[in-house]
Parts: sequence; C-alpha cells; structure tokens
Amino acid sequence: MWDWFVQGLHSIEFYAIMPHLQLTLFACFILLADFLVERPYKYFNAICALLGIGFSAFALGRFWVRGDEKLAFNGLIVIDSFFTFFGLLFLLATALVILMSIKYLDLEGEHEGEYYALILFAAVGMLFMAGGTDLVTLFIGLELMALCFYLLAGFLRRDRRSNEAALKYLLLGMFSSGILAYGFSLLYGVSGSTNIQVIAQKVAERGPGDPIVFLAMVAVAAGMFFKVAAVPFHMWAPDVYEGAPTPITAYISVASKAASFAMLLRLFLVPLGPLRPNWETLLAVIALATMTIGNLAALNQDNIKRLLAYSSIGHVGYILLGLVAGNQTGRTGIIVYLFVYTVMTIGAFAVVTGMRRADAIGDRLEDMRGLMSKNPGAALLMLIFLLSLTGIPPTAGFIAKYYIFLALIQAGRYELAVFAALYVVVALYYYFRIVVMMFFSEAREPGRMTLAPGLVATLAIALVLTLAPGIYPEPLINLARLAITPFR
Amino acid sequence: MSLTPENILNWILLTPLVGAVALLAVPGEKKKLIAALANLFAFAGFLVSLPLVFWYDKTQAGFQFTINHDWIPSIGASYRLGIDGISFLLVMLTTVLGFIAILSSWAFIQNRVKEYYIVFLILQTGMLGVFMALDFFLFYVFWEVMLVPMYFIIGIWGHERKLYAAIKFFLYTLLGSVLMLLGILWLYYFHGGLHAPGAACPAIGIAGHTAAEMNTFSIPVYLELGHFLPATLIAKLVFWGFFISFAIKVPMVPFHTWLPDAHVEAPTAGSVILAGVLLKMGTYGMMRFSLPIFPEASREYAPFIATVSIVAIIYGALVTMMQKDMKKLIAYSSVSHLGFCTLGIFALNHLGLAGSLLQQVNHGISTGALFLIVGLLYERRHTRDIAEFGGLSTPMPVFATMYMIISLASLGMPLLNGFIGEFTILLGAWQVNHWWAGLSVLGIVLAAAYLLWLYQRVMFGEVTHAANKGLRDLSLRELATLVPLVVWCFWIGVFPKAYFDVLEKPVALLVQRVEGPQAAPPLAVTLPDTESSEGGTPAGTR
Repeated sequence: MWDWFVQGLHSIEFYAIMPHLQLTLFACFILLADFLVERPYKYFNAICALLGIGFSAFALGRFWVRGDEKLAFNGLIVIDSFFTFFGLLFLLATALVILMSIKYLDLEGEHEGEYYALILFAAVGMLFMAGGTDLVTLFIGLELMALCFYLLAGFLRRDRRSNEAALKYLLLGMFSSGILAYGFSLLYGVSGSTNIQVIAQKVAERGPGDPIVFLAMVAVAAGMFFKVAAVPFHMWAPDVYEGAPTPITAYISVASKAASFAMLLRLFLVPLGPLRPNWETLLAVIALATMTIGNLAALNQDNIKRLLAYSSIGHVGYILLGLVAGNQTGRTGIIVYLFVYTVMTIGAFAVVTGMRRADAIGDRLEDMRGLMSKNPGAALLMLIFLLSLTGIPPTAGFIAKYYIFLALIQAGRYELAVFAALYVVVALYYYFRIVVMMFFSEAREPGRMTLAPGLVATLAIALVLTLAPGIYPEPLINLARLAITPFR
Repeated sequence: MSLTPENILNWILLTPLVGAVALLAVPGEKKKLIAALANLFAFAGFLVSLPLVFWYDKTQAGFQFTINHDWIPSIGASYRLGIDGISFLLVMLTTVLGFIAILSSWAFIQNRVKEYYIVFLILQTGMLGVFMALDFFLFYVFWEVMLVPMYFIIGIWGHERKLYAAIKFFLYTLLGSVLMLLGILWLYYFHGGLHAPGAACPAIGIAGHTAAEMNTFSIPVYLELGHFLPATLIAKLVFWGFFISFAIKVPMVPFHTWLPDAHVEAPTAGSVILAGVLLKMGTYGMMRFSLPIFPEASREYAPFIATVSIVAIIYGALVTMMQKDMKKLIAYSSVSHLGFCTLGIFALNHLGLAGSLLQQVNHGISTGALFLIVGLLYERRHTRDIAEFGGLSTPMPVFATMYMIISLASLGMPLLNGFIGEFTILLGAWQVNHWWAGLSVLGIVLAAAYLLWLYQRVMFGEVTHAANKGLRDLSLRELATLVPLVVWCFWIGVFPKAYFDVLEKPVALLVQRVEGPQAAPPLAVTLPDTESSEGGTPAGTR
C-alpha cells in the first residue's frame, strides 16, 4: 500500500496534474475553512486562494523552465509549452480577479468563501481545457469551468440583473455544450477514438470533402464560437457581462475566453487541421461578422460593462483572423493577442470595479464623469487601457494588432486586413466616449475617490503588463513563439 | 552624456519628454512655476537643436547624425534616428515653433495648467520623432503617439465645439494611419520576400540573405526598394494607402474637412502647432516615402494629384475669402497654401520639390504667426468675429506692423519668405505643364485678396466698437513670440540660398530615385535668388 502510494507520488501522472491538484486542494480548504471565518475577516479566503494560485503557478513554472513535453494518463492530458503558457496566463488572470474582488464583495454584502472556491475550480477547468489532448478531458474541463461561471454570474443573489445573467448563461451555455458534444460524438464515430491525434489521422484520411466530418466540424465550431462569444452566438455576452459581478465579468471576459481559445486552437489545429479548406472561409466570415457586430453595437452603449462586452466581441473577431491567416505569424499573433487582451481588459474592468461605491453601482457611462478630477491616477490608467484596447502604440494592444495585420497580409488576405484596420477607427470612437466622460466632463459632485489596496495592486500589475510589452515587445514575442511551438 | 554629433538627435528628442516628466513632480497649484519650467524646457529643446545648424554637412545627400540601437530584433525593428536636409529644416521648424507656441500659452491657459504643459511637451517629442525616425516601426509609433496629446489639447483647452473637433481630428487621422500601417506591413512582407533564400532576388546591393536583413523596418533600406516593386494592383493600392494617410494629414481636398474644425476649436498654441508642424507631416511623408518608394505610381498619378492640388489651391482660397471668423479664415488659407506644397512635390522635379519644402517651412512660420495674431486679439476681446474689429491700427501700432509683415509674407510678397517658396514651386510646375503654373497663380492673387481684405477690415478705418478703443498693444512676451518669426520671414526672403544649399543634395537624390536608375542626371538648377528674380521671368531661370 505504502509503496503504491510512493510510486504514485513519483509518477509522471502526479507530476503532470500537480497544478490542478493544488488549486483543487486549496479550493476545498477554502470551502471548509469558510465556516470558521467571521465576516470582517473574509479576505482570509482570498489570501488562501492567492496562496493556492502561487503554488500552482510554481508547479507550472517548473514545467516551463524544464521545457517539459510529456503526455500523461495515457494521452489524456499533455504538458507542453502551449499548456504551460496558457496555464500561467489563467493563473495570472485569476489572481488579478481575486485581488479586485475583495472590496467589491464587501460592498455587495456577498462576501462568501464559495466565491473564491468557485473561481479556483473554474481555473482548474481552464487548465484541463488548455492541456487536454482527448475529447473527454477537454469537454470535462469546459463544463467544469462553465458550471462555475453559471454560479458566479448569479452570485449577487439579491440583484435581479445578476439572476437574469446566470439563467441566460446557463440555458444558452447548456445548449451550446450539447451541440459541442454532438460534434465530439461524430468525431468519435468517425475515428473510433477520443484521442485528438488519432482523430486527426482519421479525419485526414477522409479528407475535407466528407459530409460527416464536415458536420462534426460545424458542430464543434458552433459550440466553441458560443464559448468565445463569436457572432452569431454572441447574444449572451452583453447581458451576462452587465449582470454578473464586475470582477466576474472581467473573469468571464478574459480567462474564459482565453481558455476557450486555447481549446479552440488545439481542436482546429490538430483534429480539425486537415479540414482547413472547409473552415478557413467559415472562420473568415464569422470573424468579419464578429468584428462588425461587436464594434458597431458598441457604438451606442451607455453601460460600460455592455460597451466592453461588445468591444470584447470585436476583439474575438481579430483573434479569429489570426487563425484564418493560418501562418506562423498568425498563430504567434493569437497568443500575443490573448495575453495582451487579458491584461488590458482586466485593467479596464478593474477601473470599472473601482467605480462601485457604497451608494452607486457605477457601471453607467455617466458614472465616469470627471474621474480625472476625482482620481487622476485611475483616469490615466483607464486611458492607457483604452488606448491599448484600441491598438494605439506604444501600448501592448498595438503589438497584438500588428501581428494580426501582418499575418493577414502575409497570407494575402488583404480585404480582411483592410476591414480589421478600419474597425480600429470605429473602436477608437466608442472607447473615447469613456475618455470624454473622464477628462472633459465635470463631475456631478466634487470630491476625491480612493481605490481599495487590492484594486490598486491589480491596476499596477495590469498597467505594467500593458505598457511594458508595448515599449519593449521582445520578451512577449519570444514567449509567444515558444508557446506556439507544439503547433509548428 | 555631453552633446555630440553622435547623440544630438537623442538630446533633441528627449529634452521635451524629460521636461514633461519633470513637470509631473511639481504640484499642480504652482501655475507660474509650471509654466516657467515648461518654457525653460521648450527653450532648451530649441537650444539643443541649434548645433545642428553648424554641424549639418550640406555636401552629403544621405542621412546624418544617425543613431541605431536594436529594439525588437525578432521582427527587425530598431531605434534608428537620422536626418537629411529635408527633415533637418522641419526639425528646426518644430523646435522653434514648439517653443514659441508654449511661450504664447502663458496668459491664455489658466485651467489645468500642469496637464496642458505636460501634454504639450509630449506632443513636441512625438512630432520630432516623426521627422527623425529612420525605422518604419518607430516612425509609426511616433506618428500615432502624437495624436493623443493633440486630441487632449483640442478637447480640453479648445473653444465651444471642442469635443466634436477633437474626436473628428483623431478619427480622420487614425483612419489614414491604419491604412498606412497596412502599407508598411505589406512593404515589410514584400521586402522579406525579396531576400528570402531562393527567391529571385535582384542584386539590390543593400543586403544579403540573412534573417536579420530579411526582416527590417529600416527606412534607408526601403528607400532603395522603389524600383523593385512590381507594377501590380496591390503595389498601387499600397501607394494609395500611404498617400491617403498623408493626404488626410496635409489635408488635401477632399479630406480637408477636419482642418477648419480642429484649427478653429484648438487653443492658440494648438492651432500654431497644428498648422505649423502637424500638417507638414503629410507633405513630409509624401516626400520621404511616397516618391522614393513608389516612383512608378508617383509618376503615373502625379498629373491627377497635381490637379487635385490645384483644385485645393483655388477652392481653398475661394472658401477662405468668404469666412467671417478670423481663425477659420486662416485655417482655410492653409488648405490653399498646402495645395502649393503638394503641387510642388508632384511636379517631381528639383525646383518643385525644393520649393515645396521651403514653402512648408514658410507656411509653418507665417501661418503659425497668423494664428498667434488671432490668438492675441482673442485674448483681448474674446471674439474672433471679423465684424467685431476695425481700426485696430490706432490703438495697437506695433501689433499692426507685425501683422502687416506677416500678412505680406503669407501672401507672397517679394523679399519675404512666401514669395521664394511659391515662386520656386511655380517654376517647377511650369517645367511640367504650363497650365499647372498658370492656374496656380490664381491662388496667389486670391491669397493677396483675402489676407489684405482681412487686414483692411480688422486694422484700418475708424474704431467702430467702443471695446476696441482701449486695446493694449503688445507686451514684451507677446512681442517675443512674433519677432523671431518675422526675422525668420526676412531671412528666408532675402537670403534663401542657405536653405536651397541644404536641400540641394537630398532633393537631387530624391529626384534621381523618382526618375529611376536609367534617368539622366539631375537637372541643372539655377536657384532663384531675390536679386535676379524680382523683375525676372520664369524663362530667365530655365
């Protein structure tokens, strides 16, 4: 018995699942310990969660430093640079979201331990999504993440918008999962295996013309498009973004999206890779529609969370274009884009979170009025995040857009490049509606506004990670190139 | 860290930025201190650019004072600065006008003083960077970065419709910028293909096959690229991408509609910089990039673009004539004057190009000064309505003199700068097509009409409004903003040879690039100096 246990500890399986395990253990601990924590000390849960993330990140960092490339559990999950990069990105996002949640939950009067546990469980799901090499692992990871998000979106029990968001998200999410599962079942039927490498071989044998394979591709694509909120499966995003607690909105908007994209990339590049002639046009149309609807619908939003929701739909279009281009630049560009998108969006949402006061919800455009006089630091940071979201140098957002444009030009997709570039101008208009409110309008009631320490930490990290890669992109580019090596 | 020819461009670029950072440390309540510090740094920015005048070697055609550091080696972008005769003059124009614009803000800017000066100094760095960058990536960064401070200058410290004007300015320019970005990326990709191992690489003589040379944003490399571009549709589209970006900035008709809004709503210093420097980025871009990189497309479309320029000259002048608002009048006159600059560029010969660049400097000086004049009146009366003024020469004699000289400079009076530039451009245009020159002369006539008519309505006659009776004449500080510009007008007007000498080699190289490797050596050029050309005919110099 003891020998078996020790052997287990030294096995590759245990090594590979260490980051997931640590998060799970800490999440369970938080659930138990929460009963003992009195209300004023609920931030203890947050510290526990951050600690868990630290341990997990350490394990992931070890994979990265060692350059591990290993399969575990008979090919159910893989450790490669792609997984490690995304794992660390999820943990970064999770940590930042936890930091910005502490004060917010106090204000909402919903400071419970489950919140942090659910966030950690969602992160575990994401890790499986990025590292899964088997349809079952991928699907379970996706569902684990999605279930946590359904709960988190409705975490403000007494807020009707939050309830609506949760229900909407749950119903539509389940529906899309069903479609995805249908696609998976077809893939299994075609290949007789759930391993994506085996599926890739069988699909390649059948070729792009095969109707069953085509149907499977469409179903998988539809399921994934829902998760990343691409048109025409984007309807849930604005409502969920608006209703969910702001930190969770940030979390759904970045981590869930990054994880879904990690899964989407692995699916489209490995098992569906041979179908490229089929999905290239499909993806191009979807990407174009996504950019169009996202950017145009954002123009007249008066709620910042809805505005950012539509703008994030627009960003999805850009990321998909990297896949359409289909070259090395495009794949590197997706990685760069997802990293940059994560940090700048969290930054923007952190400022919006800071607008939540005891007496104001603070998510309307109006609420940003005169922020420059109330808190110049927050206003300037928001300006930088918005410039980055638009893609103005020297922020990281420009580097991300640069890669997508270059990839499209290298692939000869000039028409897509022109559209993508023109929507930058549209995006500037709606992002700068916020800037106008912050800098040019007088505040309704004068006075200063302070930010909670956790929020300041989030903003500082987001700022550094938004500006540094813009001014000196070399490390980020090398990181992205390394992360994409499994798909060369 | 001492100032040497090797690092002078760093000094010029960073001095305003250091000033902006330094101002961050000063508490916002100390308005006087902030303004004084900002002026100090702006003046320092001018002082560090002064050695260029002595160190610039006018016997060279290429880039001088170059600085080159690796920046993003994995994509081939580097921190590369350098200037030739063309950018040299524009850099000097920027440092001088930047200082004068900041000096002119002393009394006008009273709220959010700290932010104003910080933003202005950042703008200064951005503009200088555009003229000095020798790397496309870096160039694009400066080109975009500069939009943000200008947006705030118009949007916060502007007049009634400032928000509309600010976002319109930003959107228009960004639209052009992204098109140019795609063009840059296409060139980058194309250049990489030329050097790819195994590609049918013509002997360019600029690089081998190493990865580092394949991927580069170095502008000097791209300038040699012109004759290897295929005559395909996409290459032409890329030409138009660049061209529209620059045309919006200039702005050429029909992209000019942002200009009156932005110029009118901006505070005085903002208008001075907009008219004096920002518009020149468009013409600079055409000279620096459009012509040498796309010689074939430039030659092909030159007649069309020249025609549009002539339309801009005449249409701009006619619209100017009808304005009731002084500032709007000056703003529209820019459309007409910049039409001359683009006409000169797309005459594609030595005279046209040299004249165009000189005219860009001239326009910066005289229109910048005209905006200062309007600003001075606005500070006194808080109106820009021409009908509100009249007979101002009685209470303000010194002001009247300055204004007169600058008006004459702007309308092309011999012995003043505008004449030299426009005359040279007309000579260049005449060499290509007599009609071009003939029609453009109308622009000069109309300029005389609208500027003198404006002067007459504002300055002559009886003082009609009681409020104008006691207007104070220029203070010493206000005089200090105008006198350097007036002196400069005379300098160029009387002794333009210094300027043409600086431009001689770079423009000859440019003409050579446009005409192609097989073309004849650059035309023998006789430069018009004032003594011979005052009574002379165009034929005399041909």
